[in-house]
Amino acid sequence: MSVTQLGMPRVHHGSGNIVAREPFPDFARRELRNEQLRANLGFATHTIRSKRASVVGELPDWQELRTAGSEIKQRVMARLPELLEQFEENVTARGGHVHWARDAGEANRIALDLIRAEGAEEVIKIKSMATQETGLNEYLEEHGIGAVETDLAEEIVQMGEDKPSHILVPAIHRNRTEIRDIFLNRMPGVDLGLTDDPPALADASRRHLREKFFRTGVAISGANFGVAETGTLAVVESEGNGRMCLTLPDTLITFMGIEKLVPSFEDLEVFFQLLPRSSTGERMNPYTSLWSGATPGDGPQNLHVILMDNGRTAALADEVGRQALHCIRCSACMNVCPVYERAGGHAYGSTYPGPIGAILSPLLTGVEDHANNSLPYASSLCGACYEACPVKINIPEVLVHLRGKDVDARHGRGESGTRRKAPDQMDALMAGAKAVFSNAKLLSLAERGLPVGRLAAGRKHRISKLPGIAGGWTEYRDVPEPPSQSFRHWWRKNRRNGAARRPAGERADVEALLAANAGLAESLHGRFAAESEERQRAADRAALEAKAEEKQEVQEGVSRELAEGEGPRDTEAGRTAPERPKPDVGKLARAGAEAGDGATAGAETGAGEDGPGTGSGGGHGSGGGHGSGGGPDLSDQGPGRTDPEPTGNAPLENEEER
Amino acid sequence: MTNAKDEILRRVRAALADGPEAPEPARAYRRSSDRPLGDVLEMLVDRLEDYKAVVHREDAGSIAGRIEQLLGRSSRYVIPTGLDQEWLPPDSAARVRMVDSGHARRVGALTVRELDAVDAVVTSSTVSCAETGTIFLNARPDEGRRAITLVPDHHICVVPVSRVVELVPEAMGRVDPERPITMISGPSATSDIELQRVEGVHGPRRLDVVLLDDAEAARG
Repeated sequence: MSVTQLGMPRVHHGSGNIVAREPFPDFARRELRNEQLRANLGFATHTIRSKRASVVGELPDWQELRTAGSEIKQRVMARLPELLEQFEENVTARGGHVHWARDAGEANRIALDLIRAEGAEEVIKIKSMATQETGLNEYLEEHGIGAVETDLAEEIVQMGEDKPSHILVPAIHRNRTEIRDIFLNRMPGVDLGLTDDPPALADASRRHLREKFFRTGVAISGANFGVAETGTLAVVESEGNGRMCLTLPDTLITFMGIEKLVPSFEDLEVFFQLLPRSSTGERMNPYTSLWSGATPGDGPQNLHVILMDNGRTAALADEVGRQALHCIRCSACMNVCPVYERAGGHAYGSTYPGPIGAILSPLLTGVEDHANNSLPYASSLCGACYEACPVKINIPEVLVHLRGKDVDARHGRGESGTRRKAPDQMDALMAGAKAVFSNAKLLSLAERGLPVGRLAAGRKHRISKLPGIAGGWTEYRDVPEPPSQSFRHWWRKNRRNGAARRPAGERADVEALLAANAGLAESLHGRFAAESEERQRAADRAALEAKAEEKQEVQEGVSRELAEGEGPRDTEAGRTAPERPKPDVGKLARAGAEAGDGATAGAETGAGEDGPGTGSGGGHGSGGGHGSGGGPDLSDQGPGRTDPEPTGNAPLENEEER
Repeated sequence: MTNAKDEILRRVRAALADGPEAPEPARAYRRSSDRPLGDVLEMLVDRLEDYKAVVHREDAGSIAGRIEQLLGRSSRYVIPTGLDQEWLPPDSAARVRMVDSGHARRVGALTVRELDAVDAVVTSSTVSCAETGTIFLNARPDEGRRAITLVPDHHICVVPVSRVVELVPEAMGRVDPERPITMISGPSATSDIELQRVEGVHGPRRLDVVLLDDAEAARG
């Protein structure tokens, strides 16, 4: 566990499977080559996404439920100390035992001691993110205890010695044939004639695990909710393996993050509506189990709850980031995330993937250490996750906040309060930009360099490799050819008489300007309308002249052919920049002549271009973002980019709720 | 080393040093239904069937015949102590009810192996939520302990009409958290393999719901 200084109180970060071992972009680059993962994930996220949309649409009070969910969780965080004590009191009063674990290691040790006390050599497990976070299975194996995952997907992942790729459907990266092969190789007593039909595979799992359910004395679970008022724990599931684990063994050990509490039993009515619809897109998941301590003669008599911090108090100390603790692990944010859909869950390097993982993991571990500092950049800040979140966690807001913390940390102003590091390339770049942008003469000088950029762009009319750290930008995108002159230069040349130049340093007299320009807007509108008409006429004239020229080469009706000539040019779009009409006319007309007749559309491409910056041809600059040849667009997740754009619809909602 | 509880609580308090607000949650969502019972029942049937449960609408006169048909000619089935035995067909040489005592360690409780060997279980239910198609079992005497509705492969569950509500908050208001609660929405299912839904993994693979018109009984 790392300990970091944050002003006065010390913040204690978490450990375990929440620390990425490799920066997100590196991992993602590798994962993107996995065609099956991408195809399966794309299918899964889109299927669940549309199911979710339809069941959410059924509820007229969805937004009210979200608001209630968000407020309940805010209340939980604000009153956490008293709620934790109340919860412990109520579990204890009903015959359960509560243990407290500062970090993953301590939680695992407590569980091991409890298992050994029962003399068990094997335990059965319900899918649980908390035990994945602590790495319990591996820890138990090391100490000679077998941990059997009983959720079908987790079983597949465990037998395949794999990692979950999605928190809801962890084996979604495997197809049915692979699953059959894993079962044939690893499942004891499996029928060797097993087919890859999903019902047959599910049945194989049923037979295999039934014996384990009946014989094993110790089960381990997570918890979806814990109720402070009654000491009730809740587990939601689908397959019935949860009910088996929660009912048949005599000892039940439940791992629970301290943030999983709700104050009252009544609060569950909100989350039991929000969770299944957001998660699997069902109105309700097949099974939900609730228990309050031990019930004589019914279910486990030896009940333990391990309340786990493991970095949650560090997240709680972050005033912006603490909302990440409201998460109810539904995975809706992943299913709508354009980055997750392509990169997959493994790339996040943590138990918690996707948008929520990108904020939760670095909050739990601290952004200073490890590869987790790349996670806040694993987003385009499009805001879809915030829209989908059933408890209204403003993920984009926290992402931006954590990017800020990361930049601060890298420049020695972070929580660790270390001395400032030597200036790096980014510092130099920023210092240079500051100097240039705050001095008109310098900026003008810099702009004279634009034609050099055109030279660099060359015949492709785009720049696909920039030097130094700017290369990070061009790694995934092309930069369009710069214009031949800047807007400022164009303005000076074309609109010089607009206003008298103001000596540097002198403040503009706004009132005087307003008075001088009264009525100007209308007259300008009139003038521009006239100019535009004139341009149109000029374009028509040019077209006519062009036709006349063509007439000498081609003895046919030129106007039809010119229009038809757009056809072949279109097929080259994307590779070839839109050429100026003039030099092409001959070729196009010839092509047109062969193709026969057509309508007269689009012949005026490029006409009327007298403004600045469009000289390089309108259409092709916009290709920059997708320059890497149709591959998934990771452009916005590259490290080092701080995206200043506002996030989608988020600000709108923000106003409503804060 | 201080104990973990004290240390965690101290960390939590330190983390909250800025004194964040604890809002009183606005419960502006629907908490009571204004739908006529007929519509609510229709909704329940629709949702149950959507989850592949089979629904049978019966009254006091027809329920025993229906359960007899669902059990089949040959059946050893388990019931909880408090079940209304008027609902059941008479035992025969091939069809036998077994009453589970309701307490795993007391005489008359079936072992897990015995439960695995029975053909079916028949129980009542505490409340059902139409909007989500969810049946709530609350370990009452007519529902039994949790294992008896879990291990047998076929669950015949009686849902009296008087115990049907429309909304989740209405249903949650009718269960007692002091006893175990099992919420059931269709038979067990998985979508773990290529997202293809497969009904029946570890829980009962067959769920028959007998919607019992007890409205008159409830009024009377």
